[in-house]
Amino acid sequence: MFRIIELHVNGTRRRVDVDSDRSLLSVLRDDLDLTGSKYGCGEGQCGACTVLIDGVPTRSCITQVSSLAGKQITTIEGLERNGRLHPLQEAFLEADALQCGYCTPGMIMSAVGLLRKNPDPTEAEIVRYMEGNVCRCGTYPRIVAAIARAAKGGKEGGRK
Amino acid sequence: MNHEPQTTDELQTSIEPERYELSSLPFYHFTLGRRDFIKALGGGIVVVFVVTDALAVQESGGGRAQSGERTPQEIAAWLHIAEDGAVTVYTGKVEVGQNARTSLTQVVSEELRVQPSSIHLTMGDTDLTPFDMGTFGSRTTPVMVPQLRKVAAAAREVLIGLAAEAMKADRASLTVADGKVSNAAAKQSLSYGQLTKGQKLLKAVTDNAPTTPASQWRITGRSLPKVDGRNFVTGKHAFAGDTKLPGLLYGKVVRPSAFGASLAAVDTKQAEAMPGVVVVRDGDFVGVAASSEQTASRAAAAIRAEWKTTPQTSARELFDHLKKSAAKSQGSDSRSRNAAGSIEQGLAAADKKLERTYTVAYIAHAPLEPRAAAAEWKDNKLTVWTGTQRPWGVRSELAQAFHIPESRVRVIVPDTGSGYGGKHTGDAAIEAARLARPAGKPVKVVWTREEEFTWAYSRPAGVIDIVSGVRNDGTITAWEFHNYNSGGSGIRTMYDVPNQLIEFHSAHSPLRQGSYRGLAATANHFARETHMDELAHELKMDPLKFRLKNLKDARLRAVFEAAAEKFGWDPARMFPNRGLGIAGGFEKGGYVATCAEVSIDRPSGKVKILRVVTAFECGAIVNPDQLKNQVEGSIVMGIGGALFEAIDFENGKVLNPRFSRYRVPRFSDVPLIETVLIDRKDLPSAGAGETPIVGLAPAVGNAIFDATGVRLRSLPMVPSGVVRHHT
Repeated sequence: MFRIIELHVNGTRRRVDVDSDRSLLSVLRDDLDLTGSKYGCGEGQCGACTVLIDGVPTRSCITQVSSLAGKQITTIEGLERNGRLHPLQEAFLEADALQCGYCTPGMIMSAVGLLRKNPDPTEAEIVRYMEGNVCRCGTYPRIVAAIARAAKGGKEGGRK
Repeated sequence: MNHEPQTTDELQTSIEPERYELSSLPFYHFTLGRRDFIKALGGGIVVVFVVTDALAVQESGGGRAQSGERTPQEIAAWLHIAEDGAVTVYTGKVEVGQNARTSLTQVVSEELRVQPSSIHLTMGDTDLTPFDMGTFGSRTTPVMVPQLRKVAAAAREVLIGLAAEAMKADRASLTVADGKVSNAAAKQSLSYGQLTKGQKLLKAVTDNAPTTPASQWRITGRSLPKVDGRNFVTGKHAFAGDTKLPGLLYGKVVRPSAFGASLAAVDTKQAEAMPGVVVVRDGDFVGVAASSEQTASRAAAAIRAEWKTTPQTSARELFDHLKKSAAKSQGSDSRSRNAAGSIEQGLAAADKKLERTYTVAYIAHAPLEPRAAAAEWKDNKLTVWTGTQRPWGVRSELAQAFHIPESRVRVIVPDTGSGYGGKHTGDAAIEAARLARPAGKPVKVVWTREEEFTWAYSRPAGVIDIVSGVRNDGTITAWEFHNYNSGGSGIRTMYDVPNQLIEFHSAHSPLRQGSYRGLAATANHFARETHMDELAHELKMDPLKFRLKNLKDARLRAVFEAAAEKFGWDPARMFPNRGLGIAGGFEKGGYVATCAEVSIDRPSGKVKILRVVTAFECGAIVNPDQLKNQVEGSIVMGIGGALFEAIDFENGKVLNPRFSRYRVPRFSDVPLIETVLIDRKDLPSAGAGETPIVGLAPAVGNAIFDATGVRLRSLPMVPSGVVRHHT
């Protein structure tokens, strides 16, 4: 059952010796020490564990690690480049779109997926796309504002 | 060891914050001697704040000074300026998303005249920070803010003194700004680092240092963003569940089959045979630890446990059960009884009488970070990293569970993934520590969402009976209010009623219950403000005018008027399938009024909250944007309990212990939220994390009535999302 799997995480090849039915979330957190992705529900209902798989937001808590050979995995730790934050990270700070911050990595990763697909979403489109991410502190209006702000910044020549 | 969450008497009595205060005084206090104290911090200067006012003494566990100790015992906070000028503030408060780290930093920055970025707060560490009762009851702003203000102001005065000496100048000729003391005439200035270099000073202060009045605030009163926000948007912040330790094992607990079950028999052979698995059985506690979470889960699943169950009360019989058990438990808690005049006479003087019953369901805090702890036994000492609102409470629980002195337990609280009143106990900490002891290695326990919904405690359910009398001119003549089980917070009416009887009755709770944001103020405001609306409609009066007619309190009137004005309150407005509602109240030093507009879809009956306006006043505002964030968050969280959240349970089992079955507010549930903040610089600052939640449910319920004529008297009001229109 154990086998060596090569994962492409945040632009780096990482070899892990894990049980093939392990969840991606547990491998990221426990084997690769990438604890930015969070456990919130274990059933793909809250979005705290969201990462990008080939650019698509995916719930890592219900994704088996064996399904990911050859795919590009991006976690929250992979967004910052050379000390420069991603526009969505900047926007979350500017809009103060967090309280406890536990949902924040998953929110940002989902939003990255949204803006890749739809660089200029309406508020209704943001709400529909983000519906699977839960913020118990209730900062939803600020998160919507942050995503809209990042989208606007992108159009004005910021990083996509 | 019997540590499992039960409906214990202790929890029954811990609904109210004042009871926590009574039950949670520590056995030990800060006992570092003066020398140890300085040694622990290195050189520089240390300023400690000695509590003198009675309320704060109680909160910091003072008033029990041990004789012979040279360092004062009644210490609420201290501040260290190192020889390089770095400022570290030590406070027992914790950060759970309410942004206390930011507001407390602002206060120190203001008084010490240094940039917020050069201040670090060490929070909630039982070895490093002074005792604190807990981060709850909206106490951080009214108690810790002024204390840190005084300690920082005192430190500033000490630095001025050092500078005067060094510059051989008169104190009065010196000014302080941006981390430097300057003598303009001599064109000389010294940074705090220069001043503290080579110093080993300990200065104890009471409350004599001059602090900056609110009218002259330059850093407090402004919207400083979350000070360490970058750690959160990059995923770098380590929550308790992210703790890494050398040799760390993962723990799992074998849970009982139902509430109230006891362990009849257990077969752990298979699990024990698994390589690297540690199995612990201690009384009814059965758990495992292993080198991976998956192995721990498999080992736990391999344990065959037989549980002896007893019949338990189910959700459908809950409210009868609460009232019956309240009657059996010999009535009420006298501390929550408030009587004036005569109900009989009040009702006799009334033109109309109204008798109504309201209910509230159990709901879950469901903090997105579930309970988590890592525990390590090392050098005869237990250290635990856990997310809790009561570090010292958890320390006591651990000391009791393991029969060791509190001095051998250290609890460290990383900034926590929210609490909402739900993280007052040390369940995961005790479990991790119990497993770590025989394992000989540190163990981490992270509750699953299902464990969180099932074995954490809930907001108390309750039944509220109201009997009232009014005259046709809108004067309330009688007000009788009985709350069964949900609690006494916010139980008193702010309206002026000459004849009143208000009582809280404790009852037997089938579920484990405890604090929840706002405590029972949400339930009591729901009942009271719904009933006020019912009375207004009986009298065919504008619900706002009816309230104001019976209300003298100027601060509460002001928020009602401010909310109504911003909202455009117009009781005569009639749009088909739309409705408006208003509600308000007072709790924990904060005044709130909420207006809501709802729409009802036809023919489905689906309820949607379109717009909410909240006016809030809590004295002088420390950080307007963070305050607004708390008000908005309260409104969003309040939507869940108002409309659809409820724990469903049957015979000792929770039937909806997942986010797929227990609906919490999501993006699409959020209305347009507008917040009016009233800044009273002439009044002391009060906390704001809780009270803004209390007006939402009644405002929405009153709006649903306005739209449909259907009066909803149970929280949640529309569990199916739909209101049936009776015509």
